[in-house]
Amino acid sequence: MSVLDSKIPEGPLADKWTKYKNEIELVSPANKRNIDIIVVGTGLAGASAAASLAELGYNVKTFCFQDSPRRAHSIAAQGGINAAKNYQGDGDSTYRLFYDTVKGGDYRAREANVYRLAEVSANIIDQCVAQGVPFARDYGGQLDNRSFGGVLVSRTFYAKGQTGQQLLLGAYSAMNRQINRGKIKSYNRHEMLDLVLVDGKARGIIARDLVTGALERHSAHAVVIASGGYGNVFFLSTNAMGSNVTAAWKTHKRGAYFANPCFTQIHPTCIPVSGDHQSKLTLMSESLRNDGRIWVPAKLEDAQAIREGRLKPTDLAEEDRDYFLERRYPAFGNLVPRDVASRAAKERCDEGFGINKTGEAVYLDFSSAIMRYGKEKSLVMGIKEADQATIRRLGEEVVEAKYGNLFQMYEKIVDQNPYKTPMMIYPAVHYTMGGLWVDYNLQTTIPGCYAAGEANFSEHGANRLGASALMQGLADGYFVLPYTIGDYLSKDIRTGKISTDLPEFEAAEQAVRAQMEALVNANGTHPVDYYHKKLGKIMWNKCGMARNEQGLKEAIEEIAALREDFYKNVKIPGTTNGKNQELEKALRVADFLELGELFAKDALSRNESCGGHFREEFQTEEGEALRDDENFRFVSAWEYKGAPKDAVLHKEELIYENIKVKARSYK
Amino acid sequence: MKLTLNIWRQQDASSKGQFVTYSIDDISPDMSFLEMLDVLNNKLILQGQEPVEFDHDCREGICGSCSLQINGEPHGPDRLVTTCQLHMRMFKDGDTIDIEPFRAKAFPVIKDLIVDRSAFDRVQQAGGYVSVNTSGNTTDANAILVPKHDADDAFSAAACIGCGACVAACKNASAMLFTSAKVSQYALLPQGKVEATTRVLNMVKQMDLEGFGNCTNTGACEIECPKGISLENIARMNREYLSASLQG
Repeated sequence: MSVLDSKIPEGPLADKWTKYKNEIELVSPANKRNIDIIVVGTGLAGASAAASLAELGYNVKTFCFQDSPRRAHSIAAQGGINAAKNYQGDGDSTYRLFYDTVKGGDYRAREANVYRLAEVSANIIDQCVAQGVPFARDYGGQLDNRSFGGVLVSRTFYAKGQTGQQLLLGAYSAMNRQINRGKIKSYNRHEMLDLVLVDGKARGIIARDLVTGALERHSAHAVVIASGGYGNVFFLSTNAMGSNVTAAWKTHKRGAYFANPCFTQIHPTCIPVSGDHQSKLTLMSESLRNDGRIWVPAKLEDAQAIREGRLKPTDLAEEDRDYFLERRYPAFGNLVPRDVASRAAKERCDEGFGINKTGEAVYLDFSSAIMRYGKEKSLVMGIKEADQATIRRLGEEVVEAKYGNLFQMYEKIVDQNPYKTPMMIYPAVHYTMGGLWVDYNLQTTIPGCYAAGEANFSEHGANRLGASALMQGLADGYFVLPYTIGDYLSKDIRTGKISTDLPEFEAAEQAVRAQMEALVNANGTHPVDYYHKKLGKIMWNKCGMARNEQGLKEAIEEIAALREDFYKNVKIPGTTNGKNQELEKALRVADFLELGELFAKDALSRNESCGGHFREEFQTEEGEALRDDENFRFVSAWEYKGAPKDAVLHKEELIYENIKVKARSYK
Repeated sequence: MKLTLNIWRQQDASSKGQFVTYSIDDISPDMSFLEMLDVLNNKLILQGQEPVEFDHDCREGICGSCSLQINGEPHGPDRLVTTCQLHMRMFKDGDTIDIEPFRAKAFPVIKDLIVDRSAFDRVQQAGGYVSVNTSGNTTDANAILVPKHDADDAFSAAACIGCGACVAACKNASAMLFTSAKVSQYALLPQGKVEATTRVLNMVKQMDLEGFGNCTNTGACEIECPKGISLENIARMNREYLSASLQG
């Protein structure tokens, strides 16, 4: 019998959430006023949870390392948010969104959680519109939709290429309303450095004021970890520079199991790496695959000529191009899910068809879409026989209205005009499906400690579909946690305020102080970035888009050695007092150096390929991921035992009663 | 590229700051401005000096964290970009570059190039929201039609990233462009109209309390805004404010 209890409610799938809500214990408004909740992270999940919990009447404290909650990295999400509204009448439904998500996740997600997500999705859009989020609309004044990878309907709502920004500003505005009412106290430029447990329950955190350097103790009756994903373990990713695993990792070290750490999403359409100086990678939204076609030259000699600058992509005739996604996956074409598209691009580049100097890039071409849109627009404008130049100009206008900010971003970085020449793109680390293990209530294995958004593991299985991260973050925060936390807190109405003078707080603070001083006193020879870049290289080369047993074993050894060297030889100027960005970075990299090893251990233990986890030993003859449902249809949840190598594996078996498990095909 | 950098160094809010000159070479034109500072910082650390602190996060122009005054201009010489999107190809080999924090009474320096922009948060808290319960028990999203033109204009205003370049560009350190962008977003949408009167009055009041200056219509904010937020928003806020004051 597994120690993991997912606490999925009984009854038919479609009734579980309603039944659950009807049966939970509630907390009276008078008692809510005496209960404190800490929310760590103010992205979509954290900000929406904080606003909703405060709205209900709890006293909420939020923490973010940025100077304002509005800057959390959800802000950078581009393409859109899914919801089963079926406004387009194209066959969408709650069940279809559920089905697409489970299939997209390669049958490694928990049915009940995914269904609940699909069920509340439509309500998210209602909520955001009521908050004044300016989604894109059509000429009739109704909300517009577009399509994303891995689905055959248009269910994605968007605000140009800045959907995450608009949704986060909506959640931030809801937070502001509660801050103004005195129901939320927002601690900005603060970083959580430990979780405090009292009698086995989460009762507070140790946070560092990043301006003064002071360590602070904050108590609460429940703690929500909404600190995002850990893609920066790869150093280069589309994450923000500050995105980190520290809050989640410290929670893990205090007893919360960490689930599926090796499930990482490598996003197919990012701007390729240009040199060693690079600090981060920039995403080009998946929505571009609605209109962009991905290709490489069909002939090796053409690819070489392009790499050497002797040939331009626009010179290549249609028959000399290989639209490899359309060729391999005719049903979904350019809109296959991310893991599939990334692997296909890597395969072409590995075969020598890459088109930039490093040979690690493919084209994303908008010329067909520009001409198609231009033609349609010229007809609408009453121009019967428009010439090619007019059609192109009108088409570029349409494309600009849809994706203008992305095209501008691309041009600024690459110094090429994507309206005139195809974009160059390559896969990059983008999102982590793994995270803290949570049950149906989003509670971790520590009572009173919850995890929401990218920080938990639950809904996306081994691969997340595009535009589903925003949906999950807001679903968790606005609609799920407000119920599930209340049920837990109903037993806490007599507890009273938690004192921060308890020995548990003292001990946790001392441990944090000791770690900081050890780092500052190392006074070694290498800056933090040196270690972070080295870790990133190991991760990318051995735990990246393709993994094998030997590489993973090497990665485990190398990361452990690097971690040892880090504590001996890192150089951090300044002291633990006052603002010290190098110390902030060092504390984050220290945790990445532990997580990285567990990541490799997890990947090594999963002897199958599924979603974003591709083990070279386990593939079909056509190079597709080969799942092993008989032996690996489970969630890997790791228990901390002192060092990553000693982590103990617990398995949560995944049971599919409402969906037929089969080989995932997008052909 | 080889460059000379004059960088503002200041230990903390209460210390006196000064420019310090650094020279740096091996800079590639493909680097972003912040990657150039990363190179400088790693060099300083190896020399046992404290690195230059600056705010940054997403490094793709959307979070609004980065905030440098470069050669006298917020976010530097390029248009419609933030500092993190500014590339070194905008400079020439041998250039001298002055790098300062954003300067405004309402944005006190925290350290080196980092300023405290929490005044912006407080302006938003004063009314930058729609007072709707977040339980999701509202009407269907398509129940109220919004003309595409209004939705597009509201989006353009809402694209503000709150970086503070408008304040840093303004000779009066006015926050009118920032405040008006939020006021406009809601004024243009039916969902925001209900509270339009109190919103504009409260937000303008808070803006004044924070010590931002007045608007004298020089338009520098619009030119320096990395997101192209239009001066029309200020005109709209002035109209909203006038009408709210008359009602009020």
